[in-house]
Order: sequence, then C-alpha cells, then structure tokens
Amino acid sequence: MNDPFGDPQEATGLPGGPAGSPEPSAPDMQEPDPSGLLTADPPDLSGPLTPSGHLRRRQLISRCFETGQTIAALLAVAVLGVVIYSVAVRAASVLSFGFITHSAPAGIAPEILGTIIIVALATAIATPVGVLSALYLTEFASTWTANAFRLVLDLLNGIPSIIIGLFVFGLLVVGHHQSGFAASVALAIIMVPLIARATQETLLLVPAGMREAADALGISRWRTVRGVVLPAARGGIVTATVLSVARAAGETAPLIFLSTLAGNTISNPFGHPLPNIPVYIFEASESADPTGFARAWGAAFVLLAFILLANIVTRTLNRRSALSR
Amino acid sequence: MSASTRFAGALPGNARARVRRADRIGDGVLYGLCLFAALLALLALGAIVYKVADGASLSISRFGLGFLTHASWEPNFGRFSAGTLIYGTVVTAAVAMVLGIPIAISIALYLSMVAPRRVSAIIGPLVEMLAAIPSVILGFWGVIVLAPFLQAHLEPFLHSVLGFLPIFGPTPTTGTGLFIASLILTIMVVPIVASLSRDLFLSVPRELQEGAAALGATRWEVIRGVILPSSASGVAAASCLGLGRALGEAIAVTQVIGAANVIHTNLFETGDTLASRIADQFPGAITSLHIASLFYLGMILLAFELVVNVAAQWIARRFDVRRVGSR
Repeated sequence: MNDPFGDPQEATGLPGGPAGSPEPSAPDMQEPDPSGLLTADPPDLSGPLTPSGHLRRRQLISRCFETGQTIAALLAVAVLGVVIYSVAVRAASVLSFGFITHSAPAGIAPEILGTIIIVALATAIATPVGVLSALYLTEFASTWTANAFRLVLDLLNGIPSIIIGLFVFGLLVVGHHQSGFAASVALAIIMVPLIARATQETLLLVPAGMREAADALGISRWRTVRGVVLPAARGGIVTATVLSVARAAGETAPLIFLSTLAGNTISNPFGHPLPNIPVYIFEASESADPTGFARAWGAAFVLLAFILLANIVTRTLNRRSALSR
Repeated sequence: MSASTRFAGALPGNARARVRRADRIGDGVLYGLCLFAALLALLALGAIVYKVADGASLSISRFGLGFLTHASWEPNFGRFSAGTLIYGTVVTAAVAMVLGIPIAISIALYLSMVAPRRVSAIIGPLVEMLAAIPSVILGFWGVIVLAPFLQAHLEPFLHSVLGFLPIFGPTPTTGTGLFIASLILTIMVVPIVASLSRDLFLSVPRELQEGAAALGATRWEVIRGVILPSSASGVAAASCLGLGRALGEAIAVTQVIGAANVIHTNLFETGDTLASRIADQFPGAITSLHIASLFYLGMILLAFELVVNVAAQWIARRFDVRRVGSR
C-alpha cells in the first residue's frame, strides 16, 4: 500500500535505467504522462519492453520475496481459520440455546456466569486505576516522571500472568481460601497496564488547542479534564477497556490457583471460588477421559466467539470514528 | 491561579469565592487520585517482585544457586532444581523465535509494502486476532488437533529429511513434546511481532523509499536497503517483547509439552518449562518446600522477563533517538 511502484515492468522504461539493461530509453506508454514532456515526441517502440539479463534477475528476486511474504501472511490467516474451524466443528454437537442457559450436564451456565462476575469485578477495579494513571502521565507528570511511569507500566505488562497468579495467591489466598475476588484482582493487574497505555495514547491525540482554549478561558484543570479531555478521548478509552476485557476473559494461568475447586454453584465472590470457562477448558484438556471434551469444545467456542466478536466490533467502530475524524 | 480568578471575577463576591474553593479542591482531588493510581501500578510491580522472592525464601536458603544448575525434581524426596526447566524454557522460546521472527517480518512487510490497501486492511486485523485467541484454547487445539497431525506426518518427515541433526530424532509415541510447544509459542509470538513491525515499517519516511525507487531499486531492494536498516532496532525491540511472551507462557505449554523432567536434544521428546511446571504442580503442591521451590521457579522466570523487557525498552529508546536525529 505504501508503495512507490506500479507494475514492476515500468522499471524497464525508466530513462537512465540500471546498468545491464539493454533498452534503457523506451518510456512507458501505459500511463498518461501528466507533464506532456514525453508525449511531444513519440518514442521508438520497436524494441521489446521486457527486461533482460541483470535487471530480470533483480526483478525475479524481488518477486520471489514478495511471494514469500504473501505466503507468510496467508499462513497466519490460515492458522486462524483452522483454529476457529476445528473449535466450531467439535463444538457443533453440543451447541444449543440450552447449552448457555443450563448447568451441567446439559450446559455451562454457571461457568459463563462465574466468568462474567470475575471479569466485571476486574474491570471495575482496573478501569478507574488505568484511566487515572494515564491522566497522571499526560496531564500532570513531568517528562522524566512520565517516562519512568511508562516504563513501570510496560514492565507490569511484560510480567507473565502465571507470576501474577503466584503473587495474588501469596497476597490473598495463603491463610484464607480461594475466591472469585482474588481472581478478579489478578485479572485487574493484567488489565491495568493495557488500559493505561492505550488510554494514554488516546489522550495524547486530544489536540493541544482544546486544552489551551480551556486554559485561556480560565477554567481549572479538573474542569478541563472532566469537560474537555475525557469526552474527547471517550471512544479510545472504551476501545481500550473492551479489548482488555476480551484479553482478561480468556486468561487462564492465574485462575488455576485462585478460582478452581468451585463445583457448580455461584456464591459470594468475596468468600468463595467461582466456576469459570478458562479453568473448565483447562481441566477438561488435562483429564485423560475424553467424554468431557465435547462440552469443553462448546465452552471454548462460546469464549472464542465472545472474544472475536468484541475485537471485531470495537475495531469496526474504531475505524469508523477514525475515518470521520 | 490568576486566570481562574479573572474568570470568577464575573460573578458576585461569595459565588466567586465558592467557585475558587471548588476549583482548588477539585484540582487537588484529581491530582491526588491520578497520583495514587499511578503509584498503585508502581506498588503492584514492587509487591510482585517482593512477594515472589519472599515465597521462594525457604527454597533459596535450602538450595542456593545450585538450584539453577542441577537437574533433579523429586517432590517425594524433597529434592528440587531448575536445570531441566531452564533448558526447556530456553529451547522452546529459541525455536519459536527462529521460526517466528522471519514469518512475522515477512507478514509485516506484506502488510506495509506489498498488499494493496484494501487487502491489508482485512488481513492486518485478522493477524492481530490470532493474538486474541486465549492460550487455553490454543493449547487444547494443539493437543487434540495439531499433535496427532505432527506425530503422523510432519515429525517423521523432518526426521527422514533432516535426521542427521540430533534435534530431529525419531518420533516418540506420546505426541506431546518440545517441538509442538515451540509451534504453539510461534503462533502466539508471530502476531505480536508482526503488528509492531508493520507499524514501524509504515513509519519509515516515504522520501527515502521514493528516492531508492527513483534510482531504479526493485521493491525488494527498497526493503533491504531502506526499510529494514532504518527500522532494525525497532524490530529487535518488538522481537524482545515476543520473546518475553514465549518465555512466560504457561497454560498452552503445559497442555502440549508432556511435563517430563529430562533433558533431550531431540525436539520431538517431552520436556518442561519454568512457567508450565508452576501451572502444572502448584495447585497440587502440599509441602512447604515444594511450594517454595515453585516460587523459586517463578523468581527465575521473573528475572528472565524483566531482563528481556528492559532490553526491549532500552533498544526502543535508542531507536527513537536515532529516528529523531535522522530527520
């Protein structure tokens, strides 16, 4: 797309073309010439317009690499397609409306509800913290402080989720017991850097002129943030939150220490573990008994459908708003 | 404050004072909340490092640094060490990077240079969606769908063609192992590195590309001579982030690697990594030494991750400076 070339054939027609090209002087007549310089004198078209020798080899090399790059991209799309297809095919036998509204053995309703509660609590913790720390970075911090906090957020983002699970286990579960709330805290720690960094990028896009106009009217900082900066960045903040929810919904590693042993019932998340979809899939895949596989595939399909839909919807809305900007 | 005084000056006296007070309080509260939130992130990072080191202290005092080099892991006899796990972690991540980085760079080049705008607007999000697939689903798919395929077709083929290399030994019957773990990690790493690299390639100044093209360079020559050199350090930083992901992935690796405590040169044999050993054994660990040793594994992994991520940041900053300087 970002491409100064049209058809590679045109390269042969460039005057003063590369060494080794035997017909360097025939201009390309397929493109209309806006300057009118070349049309004044019809060029000699008797020679063939095909490259030869050294130039042909260079173009061949270029085309080989382009083909390789195309194949790599198609490979990635094919893997995505194969994964979605194999999940959908294996889930088809159990999928029905009852699958998401009944509990075992017919469906996975408790797991869905547990995941919703855990992720909702995590979002309620992570969104204010993420947005406020992004505000601190863009509105208040000096350059040095902002750089330091950005490094902290990036390092936090780089910590594997299993380590965050160990941390929350040591913090909230040792001496107490597993709980849905502990799982929410772990997911919140995963979500905060995602929300904060994406929100910060959005806040930086708010035009400086809008802040300066508010300053020129003598409006205090907090009114500017509430009335000008946050409304202008609202779309970006919502996108960041939805994408981080989609990421947290599938996160498994912390939950296997923090919210297993739940059985089949939803109880108070602050005192009891909750059943949830990722742990359900994990335990089914680790068990030697393949009878539970069909329902695990069904659960995987429900989770995957939610995550992919969240991604597609936010991306589409985001692109539309980016176009209208 | 003088600006806000003048604004309030349009109001009668007591209302002016009220607005001024509300502004002062509002500013203070907002600043306090924002600072608190940012400090919370810093606190979380510090607390994670402290808690993991604290949980490992029993194992550290018992085994010391020998933990890193020995190979035994026998919970029933109270013997723990991380040698095989560090080997498994490094090998799977290295294979994933060797396979993944060329593919990721090729995809990024396709999206930024080769594909028409409309096509790359569709394929780009699809590649990013590959990164959104939860690891537990990828691992489940790996062990049920990919493993039988590899065992029946790809692994015997690689053994018959490249069997003179010790890493492509005969295929065992289990179907799980280091090789499939590396492939799953590759699938996770590629979209991350590809989308970061695409953004880098798109930010290479157009004048440079057009200049090269005007001198008669083919598209590949523009890529090799302009695009890649001017974004090389950014791609290196992106690869570091991908490496961090590959080192730290626990769930999908646990599902496909086979959890064996041995060092094999043959990639098709089973093994284990730091993160997957924690995911595999932590829920069932009972003795305090076992739990502390798993925390010790977490500490080693955390050290790996911090080094890789700091390296990525360091490279990226240098890259920024160079890019600004060249303008």
